Amino acid sequence: MLVMEKNQLTEEIEVLIKKYGKERSSLIPILQDIQKQHSYISDYAQQEVARLLDIHPVEVFSVISFYAFLNSSPKGRNIVRLCQTITCDLAGKKNVASAIERELGIKFGQTTPDNKITLEYANCLGMCDVGPAMIVNDRVYYKLDPEKAVSIINEIR
Amino acid sequence: METKEASRAPVSQKAHIIENKDFEGKIGGTVSIEINEKKVQVPLGTTILDACRKNNIHIPTLCHHEDLCVAGVCRICVVEVEGMRTLQASCAFPITSPIKIKTSTPMVRKARRHIIDLLLSEHYGECYSCVRNNNCELQKLAKEYGVDSYTFGHVQKSKYPVDNSSFSVIRDIDKCILCKRCVRTCIDLQEVGVLEAVHRGHDTHINTFMEKDLADVVCINCGQCINRCPTGALHANDPSDEIWDAIDNPKKHVVIQTAPSPRAAIGEEFGLGAGHSMTYQLNSALRRIGFNAVFDTNFTADLTIIEEGTELILRLYKAVVEKNPQIKLPQFTSCSPGWVKYLEHFYPEYIDNLSSAKSPQQMFGSLLKTFYAQKRGINPEDIVSVAVMPCSAKKFECNRPEMTDSGYKDVDYGLTTRELAKMIKEAGINLPEMPKEHFDDPFGDASGAGLIFGATGGVMEAAIRTIVEFVLGKKTEDVFEKANVLPVRGFEGIKYVELPLGTEMGPVPEIIKHLVPNWDWLKGVTLKVAVAHGTANAKKIMEDIKAGGKFSECHFIEFMACPGGCIGGGGQPIPTSPEIRKKRAEAIYAEDESLELRKSHENPNVVRIYEEYLTDGPCGHISHKLLHTHYKPRGRYIA
Repeated sequence: MLVMEKNQLTEEIEVLIKKYGKERSSLIPILQDIQKQHSYISDYAQQEVARLLDIHPVEVFSVISFYAFLNSSPKGRNIVRLCQTITCDLAGKKNVASAIERELGIKFGQTTPDNKITLEYANCLGMCDVGPAMIVNDRVYYKLDPEKAVSIINEIR
Repeated sequence: METKEASRAPVSQKAHIIENKDFEGKIGGTVSIEINEKKVQVPLGTTILDACRKNNIHIPTLCHHEDLCVAGVCRICVVEVEGMRTLQASCAFPITSPIKIKTSTPMVRKARRHIIDLLLSEHYGECYSCVRNNNCELQKLAKEYGVDSYTFGHVQKSKYPVDNSSFSVIRDIDKCILCKRCVRTCIDLQEVGVLEAVHRGHDTHINTFMEKDLADVVCINCGQCINRCPTGALHANDPSDEIWDAIDNPKKHVVIQTAPSPRAAIGEEFGLGAGHSMTYQLNSALRRIGFNAVFDTNFTADLTIIEEGTELILRLYKAVVEKNPQIKLPQFTSCSPGWVKYLEHFYPEYIDNLSSAKSPQQMFGSLLKTFYAQKRGINPEDIVSVAVMPCSAKKFECNRPEMTDSGYKDVDYGLTTRELAKMIKEAGINLPEMPKEHFDDPFGDASGAGLIFGATGGVMEAAIRTIVEFVLGKKTEDVFEKANVLPVRGFEGIKYVELPLGTEMGPVPEIIKHLVPNWDWLKGVTLKVAVAHGTANAKKIMEDIKAGGKFSECHFIEFMACPGGCIGGGGQPIPTSPEIRKKRAEAIYAEDESLELRKSHENPNVVRIYEEYLTDGPCGHISHKLLHTHYKPRGRYIA
């Protein structure tokens, strides 16, 4: 990472700390904002957050590794998460999953070679009545079938 | 950065003890409870665990440790509390009302048995190939609760690779039971913050920042996590096989130096209680194992006092008389390699405050391969130098690239107390029965000042004994009763002492006459010193110095990385507790008082080495080459 990038990141985090406060409890909102801005939280960002909140870097990493929606290494620009919990599974998740995999040419847990889409499983999205459901970036799609899922994917490609 | 006074542990994790001594006798200050139908009175706020222990009722624990905050994660200590729907974790239950507790009901026993079975179902590895065999808390519990089969299965495949990147600490996470004692040790007790639980659910394990190797993160190698690990998940990097090879090789001249703290604690590995000093029995045991010569690290501890004391006098002289602005005060001790690495990581801007004197172990190492080799006519290449230390960081220290001033690796192997005990047992020796023997020449037996280096405040006390005599020209006994500098003793986290030097100065002793002309410049000066043990306390002092507080006006500060000093080091016998450390310290102080020779500068062998070998005196050219070192600013950022 370049020094300039580092300094910019530090400034950004300082602004966030002003916004959310220097408490331990501000950690998650700060991390969420960094995640939103950069799509991942670099090891340098983690250490800066730790320094400014007066906690240890490993504690920041511990929190990031706990939450599925925070990540410490870069992912694709768009993240597609398909619900893998039992109701969606019964509602036909399997067919949707294989259709998406075929369309993108990657397996779950992988990123397309052009870095556009990362495909993941998510646990219950709370859409059990209208499954199968998936969440693309921040938007939830429900009542999926293979064709609908493929067309949603193609829109973001 | 503002300093936080209290420990960094979240409020919810602190023990719920109401500390109000007037409270106890008052109405409502105590609660009467029933434990197993026996009525007892306990102070309000006592945990069920403490109440039971006070009344000799055994409750098994895993995640609980006396040095650490309450966690309540392992649930092995559950008990039945009448009126509660579920079992309660006794370590995390403060008593505030008259409750009825049952500690051994079918429900309790079944729950505990299930917890052990569940822990074993995830615990990979066999007991007989484990370093903690026979000293493992999980194994002990399995025996206590009669585990005869794996109710919930047993892992057959290793899940995590062993991390043996570090010179000091090896992590075998397959054996981890997630009690988080190491996490609380590293974060709360030491404030280093290397280990934390990462990932979630079934994938949770203890790991470092970004899952890096231990050698690549800010670990200071203090080994406190090893001392508190209930299983074999954390253990020291054991060089005993290489040492056996060297002993069995007739070409090699294998020498060993023993530090005072292992000698005060090794008896614990042989079934003695804490606080039995084994100094002289150890000498004969080591000779019988096959070591060619046995030396006392205290000799170089005495040398450290002379070198570090002279350095302090020179620093003060340059700062006070020559008004040199480049001189950094306070001077920090550099005997504790854990503390040195802590400073290099977290306060690299204060590296110049560290005394450039090496630790006693490394001083001995460079003397053995130069002075001793010459004197005995041995090729230094054939000398294998081993150091018995209470410390895991010493293993890292002897592997520092700058520690080769003799032209060879100064100290070849750092051995911990536990590993030495294992070697002694391997040789079929029962240590307590060994005859008493003295140390080998040319270093001989050392002074009591070197001996007390093992306890927190010891370096300071040894330095004060010498400085008082050097500067005031009086006997230390005339200033402090029996030469015991009591204000620097004891286990408070931070000790601060002021010593007014007065106006009566003595003559400058011969040994440093060429460095300072007289003591007039010290007239009326008050010497301010401080002592800290455990890096959490060191951090408090460093933050105070940064903020320009009272510690920034100190002249000399002793830091030890481990709680209690070396006697509580990361290589000492397991378990550890405040009580055990206190007994070990008492053993050291008792041994010191039994000696005739109790001041470093009176050690005849130290005087002789300055006459024979280090001829240009303390902090001279030769001693700078062999006995002093430099440090590396590492910084806290992990690349």
